[in-house]
Amino acid sequence: MAQSAWSRIKHSEAANGLALVSPTAIYAILLLAAPLLTIFAFSFFKDGYLTVIREVTLENYIAVWSDPIFRSILLRSLIVAGLVTLATVALAFPVAYFLSFKLRPERKSLWLFLITIPFWTSYLIRVFLWKVILGYNGVINSGLKSLGLIGDGRLIEDPIQMLNTVGAITVTLAHAYAPFAILPIFVALEKIDRSLLEAGQDLGESKAMTFLRVTLPLAMPGVVAAVLIVFIPTIGDYVTPELIGGGKLPMVANMIQAQLLPLDNKPMGSAIAISAMAVVALISLGFVAMNRRYLRGAK
Amino acid sequence: MKLPSLRIYALAYLLFLYAPILLLPIFAFNDGTIIAFPLKGFTLEWFGQMFANDTLRRAVGNSLIIAGSTAVFATVLGIFAARAGSRFRFPGKGPIMGLIMLPLVLPEIMVGGSLLLVLLSVGIELSVFTVILGHVLIATPYTIAILNTAFSSLDVSLEEAAYDLGEGKWSTFRLITLPLVLPGIISSMLIAFTISLDEFIIAFFLAGNEPTLPTYIFSQLRFPKQIPMIMALGTCLVALSIILLTIAEYFRRRGIAKTGGKDTGGFL
Repeated sequence: MAQSAWSRIKHSEAANGLALVSPTAIYAILLLAAPLLTIFAFSFFKDGYLTVIREVTLENYIAVWSDPIFRSILLRSLIVAGLVTLATVALAFPVAYFLSFKLRPERKSLWLFLITIPFWTSYLIRVFLWKVILGYNGVINSGLKSLGLIGDGRLIEDPIQMLNTVGAITVTLAHAYAPFAILPIFVALEKIDRSLLEAGQDLGESKAMTFLRVTLPLAMPGVVAAVLIVFIPTIGDYVTPELIGGGKLPMVANMIQAQLLPLDNKPMGSAIAISAMAVVALISLGFVAMNRRYLRGAK
Repeated sequence: MKLPSLRIYALAYLLFLYAPILLLPIFAFNDGTIIAFPLKGFTLEWFGQMFANDTLRRAVGNSLIIAGSTAVFATVLGIFAARAGSRFRFPGKGPIMGLIMLPLVLPEIMVGGSLLLVLLSVGIELSVFTVILGHVLIATPYTIAILNTAFSSLDVSLEEAAYDLGEGKWSTFRLITLPLVLPGIISSMLIAFTISLDEFIIAFFLAGNEPTLPTYIFSQLRFPKQIPMIMALGTCLVALSIILLTIAEYFRRRGIAKTGGKDTGGFL
């Protein structure tokens, strides 16, 4: 039977797949891709009073990159995000290892569920609770005081100043993103063929060496995913610098928000956002390239 | 021995994850205007204040509308994408799915900020509706992750049997596929609802003058007098999230059991 070309196309797997994915794809193109392109275009426009002058210029980028405030804020964001990533991934790895290797299979989903709950519950409230915990009259300081440890001539003279420091921002973010790091590492560990570990030990490697030479390299795809999934959103965090840093230690997101909303300089805000994302993308790509040899076997 | 020390570490880690949340109810019922030790007496005053607050009531209303709509729309979009992704090969699949899943890693400020620019330049007024647009965008990747498990553990031969017995594409989906993935769909809706209910940044950018629960909470955090009430509100919000998540987890597991798949654990 001669089928017309059109009906062959209509019944092909490719056409069915594309047709099926199209509602979601169109939604993402209209409300994600198009806005991101718009912000990219805006970053080359000029800011007029209450309007945007559509005239291509590099002025915004020159202004952004020659601004020492932007550079120090970007540097602070990178340092905080780097520290947070290091802390979350290092602390999460043993937990993921425990979940994957030491738990009976039927207990795994309960543990995973317990780990994911805090991650889904109000981010804002969790960040704010750290402010309550670390504050000058907060839970830690008032707790120490009621234990009689703070006061003249006591162990600690004055309540400890913890808020409005980079350290406090780091602790809060590390806590907020902890479950993000566990899940990808856990998934990578679950994929490891257990007989490889036995083979390693049968061939005379110690437990520690088997871990270093078999488990760790095979877990690297998960570690790389964990690093990226923590690092990228942390750089763009708005709430924590605002609440825990007291607005005195802004990060990139606070700068973008200030330009877009209160200052209403959309081209400048766009240029900051694009600059920051470009830096993040470069670092991420560099990090992936660095770990290429581990990722190649992952497919 | 290595084993018990790892278990103790994991338990300590879990405690660290939950420690801040455990403080919520303690201070929500504490009869003191500042959040500090030692605790005073027991009180329900903060909960009473919460129920008497008009702005808060409006914020709750808005948030429920937004979260409900987000749950439905994100899950519908998730069904299309998960079905296409788990059943078909098509050109451009990688980039298309990549774009759809991008909000998982993209900082929310980029999503909120760029949407704000477009909406304002197109001339759409900010409202509850614009928040829904943004929330659907960020919730869809999560619904896809859940629905993928539901669809990929589905046995293709069941659908083929229906085709062979003369059912069409749509009726096969309605009679065979849908009932089998229904638990996954319910789980996905609950997750999308929870994500939207708790989301702050996008609502902060796109809600205009309408309060949502998180933006209302954020606006009140500056006033020390309001903090005990916020603790009470937080207690309710966290309790609600945990209940919704527990139901979602129940349905996710039931769905996997129903389609005969293996539980890989977790939502992602």
